[in-house]
Amino acid sequence: MRARQWILAAFAGLLGFAAVALCIVYAMSFRGGVHGVAPVASIGGPFTLVDDTGATVTEKTLAGKPYAMYFGYTFCPDVCPTTLLDLSRWIQKLGPDADKLNYVFVTVDPERDTVQTMHAYLSSFDKHIRGYTGTPAQIAQIAKAYRVYYKKVPTDDGGYTMDHSAIIYLMGPDNNFVTVIPYQEADASAIAKLKNLAALTPTS
Amino acid sequence: MRTLSKLAFAAVLIGLAAPAFAQGANNASITVEQPYARATPAGAKTGAVYMTIDNKSGTADRLTGVSSDVADTLQIHEMKVVNNVMQMREISGGLPIPAGGSVVLKPGSYHVMLIGLKKPLTAGDKFPLTLTFAKAGTISVTVPVQAMGANNMGATPDTGSMGGMGGMGNNNSSGGMGKMEMK
Repeated sequence: MRARQWILAAFAGLLGFAAVALCIVYAMSFRGGVHGVAPVASIGGPFTLVDDTGATVTEKTLAGKPYAMYFGYTFCPDVCPTTLLDLSRWIQKLGPDADKLNYVFVTVDPERDTVQTMHAYLSSFDKHIRGYTGTPAQIAQIAKAYRVYYKKVPTDDGGYTMDHSAIIYLMGPDNNFVTVIPYQEADASAIAKLKNLAALTPTS
Repeated sequence: MRTLSKLAFAAVLIGLAAPAFAQGANNASITVEQPYARATPAGAKTGAVYMTIDNKSGTADRLTGVSSDVADTLQIHEMKVVNNVMQMREISGGLPIPAGGSVVLKPGSYHVMLIGLKKPLTAGDKFPLTLTFAKAGTISVTVPVQAMGANNMGATPDTGSMGGMGGMGNNNSSGGMGKMEMK
């Protein structure tokens, strides 16, 4: 009898321990996520910008198709052209699925990246990729909505560079956050993510 | 007397030659290998130059300045991605080149940033670049322009593997722009 009570007590203790551990893991999964990216539910939101043809665009423009969104700037000598080149290569690998998605390059440097600058810049990449710019206030709004970090850093010559999140956001057809392609993702997994995203396209 | 004058002449020769030798040794102490730039997107005002700088001497040196007529301003930058945030900083006071060591300027790391490009860099072009070192003086190199995603590492295109080379783009350096249809 006594032995059985001991076993029961031990079992209850183990259960309690497991429950606490689960709670900790659960809590940590909310705090962690992808580095530099806020928790899932809060990514995305309303915005009003202008595309590289001069047309006004909002989150409604993108609704109906999933999309890939990248934030950068044209004065960026390294990461941005590389990422846009990667994205161009992935788009071409998607084949017919490529048209099921929208692809957007949003500038974090609206002072220098005019509609014309964005349009010329994107002519060097896959034609699916559209450029969005706007007023500094509009860019601040979309950056806030997508939890994008960006910061102007002055240089000695009076110019500046921009620190910015180097992540491609993958969003569903209802402007819902799906996942991200982090900086320097391997081709195979990036293409797989884009194919999965294309599969979310509503069939009409 | 004749021996003495010969000796004097020899001394003068050595005296003249010594600075020349020193100069040669200085230039030989720093070598710049495999400089390259990447082609720039249309209308881009900035570009980057990469290279390997070797210091074969026993004393540390610093890359203090870079000049070229392809751009208004040239700066030595360090780029890094921390927690998925791209950060780029100008290196003030020069880039240290350790004694007997080397520093690699490569995508995702150190680069010479070209600011205010006078015209886009096109794959196949070449341009002169002059590097100034605190001790070794100036070294001029010719920089070939490679494809936009070139990493000069001979990475195989389209493998998806970054190969641990910091693989900023998988185009082979010799692949050229023709690998991808650019529109």
